[in-house]
Amino acid sequence: MTARKQAWFTFVALAIGLALLPLLVEAGLGRSWVRILDLTLLYIMLAVGLNIVVGYAGLLDLGYIAFYAVGAYCYALLASPQFGLHLPFWVLLPTGALLAGVFGLLLGAPTLRLRGDYLAIVTLGFGEIIRIFLNNLNTPINITNGPQGVNLIDPIRIAGFSLGKTQHLFGVTFSSPQLYYYFFLVLTLIAIFVALRLQDSRIGRAWAAIREDELAAQASGINLRNTKLLAFAMGATFGGLAGGLFAGFQGFISPESFNLMESIMILCMIVLGGMGNIPGVILGAILLTVLPEALRYVGDLQRAWIGHVVVDPADLRMLLFGFALILMMLFRPAGLLPSRRHLNELRHD
Amino acid sequence: MDILVQQLINGLVLGSVYALVALGYTMVYGILELINFAHGEVTMFGAMVALAVISALLGAGVDLPGVVIALLGLLTAIPACMLLGYGIERLAYRPLRHAPRLAPLITAIGVSIVLQNIAMLIWGRQYISFPPILPQGYHTLLGARITDVQILILVASLVLMVALTLLVQRTQLGRAMRATAQSPQLAGLMGVDANRVISLTFIIGSGIAAVAGVLVSAYYGLAHYYMGFLLGLKAFSAAVLGGVGNLAGAMLGGLLLGVIESLGAGYIGDITGGFLGSNYQDVFAFFVLIIVLIVRPSGLLGKPSHDRA
Repeated sequence: MTARKQAWFTFVALAIGLALLPLLVEAGLGRSWVRILDLTLLYIMLAVGLNIVVGYAGLLDLGYIAFYAVGAYCYALLASPQFGLHLPFWVLLPTGALLAGVFGLLLGAPTLRLRGDYLAIVTLGFGEIIRIFLNNLNTPINITNGPQGVNLIDPIRIAGFSLGKTQHLFGVTFSSPQLYYYFFLVLTLIAIFVALRLQDSRIGRAWAAIREDELAAQASGINLRNTKLLAFAMGATFGGLAGGLFAGFQGFISPESFNLMESIMILCMIVLGGMGNIPGVILGAILLTVLPEALRYVGDLQRAWIGHVVVDPADLRMLLFGFALILMMLFRPAGLLPSRRHLNELRHD
Repeated sequence: MDILVQQLINGLVLGSVYALVALGYTMVYGILELINFAHGEVTMFGAMVALAVISALLGAGVDLPGVVIALLGLLTAIPACMLLGYGIERLAYRPLRHAPRLAPLITAIGVSIVLQNIAMLIWGRQYISFPPILPQGYHTLLGARITDVQILILVASLVLMVALTLLVQRTQLGRAMRATAQSPQLAGLMGVDANRVISLTFIIGSGIAAVAGVLVSAYYGLAHYYMGFLLGLKAFSAAVLGGVGNLAGAMLGGLLLGVIESLGAGYIGDITGGFLGSNYQDVFAFFVLIIVLIVRPSGLLGKPSHDRA
């Protein structure tokens, strides 16, 4: 088999595998796991977006979830009984993504001069500010409905075809999570494609230059301000898009879903997988979404082995997650699938 | 008028606790340029350990004055936190001394998550109340009320700040700390054991954090496994406000932040015509942080540095 043929074979096998995955998972593990697959795709989108900011441009953003929140709330407020608006999704998604991009510029503009840890803290503060506002903007004018969140959000509907209920296509019955899976899969693949193309583009190389040596990059004629702002806005747009999808998919959102832990979780996906390397980032997103879910079974295991639940698995989840972060940094700081370029940087440091 | 004075008093009391926690951040940052994210959790552990000892003593029916029982709790919490701080530095930060800066920051987040969850497993998810063993009286000052606990907090913070300043300015250890902060390599050439100095910095900072944790839980009458997170974040904001790496800056930043928060929460309703209420109190710290970093990135008392910001 030639290399070309082999590549085609892998591609076709992967395509068939991805297409059959939700059917097999629903038959084997149940519908809740198809929902986990959907969420995994959303997290891959988020991780790929944050990777633009952190992995490509080297700007540490600890408030990334704020953009996800902006996208989600934009969708939710314009397509729910909250204001009685029900705009179609092809208006909502671009609006949410655009609005998130604007927020990215808003955050980026004043923080451009900051580097490293300071930027991390300011972005963290920004994320918290957004969350506190979402939590409190229910009085005196009820905009976000406060901690109760927005309910009964319209499902995503493409030309009258709702992804929110069971549909029959080509003689096969597809459940709602399965329909969302295919829709998210297409968008995730587009996001991955865009991110990969960006990496080798003129802008991508400018980001790498800034990350490695700001001064040298500036001396080579790169406009620091515009290039950094572009990274922020681009990453934020990905986040806003994923947020809109999340709101439509979930049907309910509240400020609770957009806390700091989520920002950190997405950052950890990138770090765990291998910063700057798209396959690594995807692997990280899959691992960190699926593993915590799988840890829920630890409770059943305890019941089977010891007879009763000693430690609540929900409590154990975050603890193990924290340990994983520390051990990962100590023993494999470049991630599971490191990018070659980042590895070089690690050696030089 | 009395409302203004009252808010000022409340702000100063809260601010002095922020200042104590901020000292820990600023000392570590001054030497390692590392944001010790887990510092807020060390504060929480201080409060939790002290409360555990206090409730154990009360449960055993020990017949001692309330202040002595509280003191015993504090005196257990301080060494416990010192040990914790030492352990954190030794296990999570020291191996990454020469790694890229993102690496120790992420382990710091990991340590913070681990400590929170350990505390949750030990002490549960519910709020733990601070038993009323401290004097509960109050005095009137310029038409405002100041409680005994508030006076205690102000005095204790002041004593600790003076003691720490003397330690850093007057002792050999303090000189070694300042030298290491300026240049670890050069300090090493002069015979300073950098690892020992860094360990001691963590130990001292954690001891102060333990006191801050006990004071803040006595003030609010509550402790919770999650209390360290927001406290730590605000204290770090205070350190940045004063100029990170600068001890006097951390104290000033802490007090200022406390007062800004207290006045802001008290008056935001009037300023915005009732649109925003005191539930926005937590936003102020972050707004102050962002504004300071934009207008004066080196903080109020910090030296301008092009490399850091």
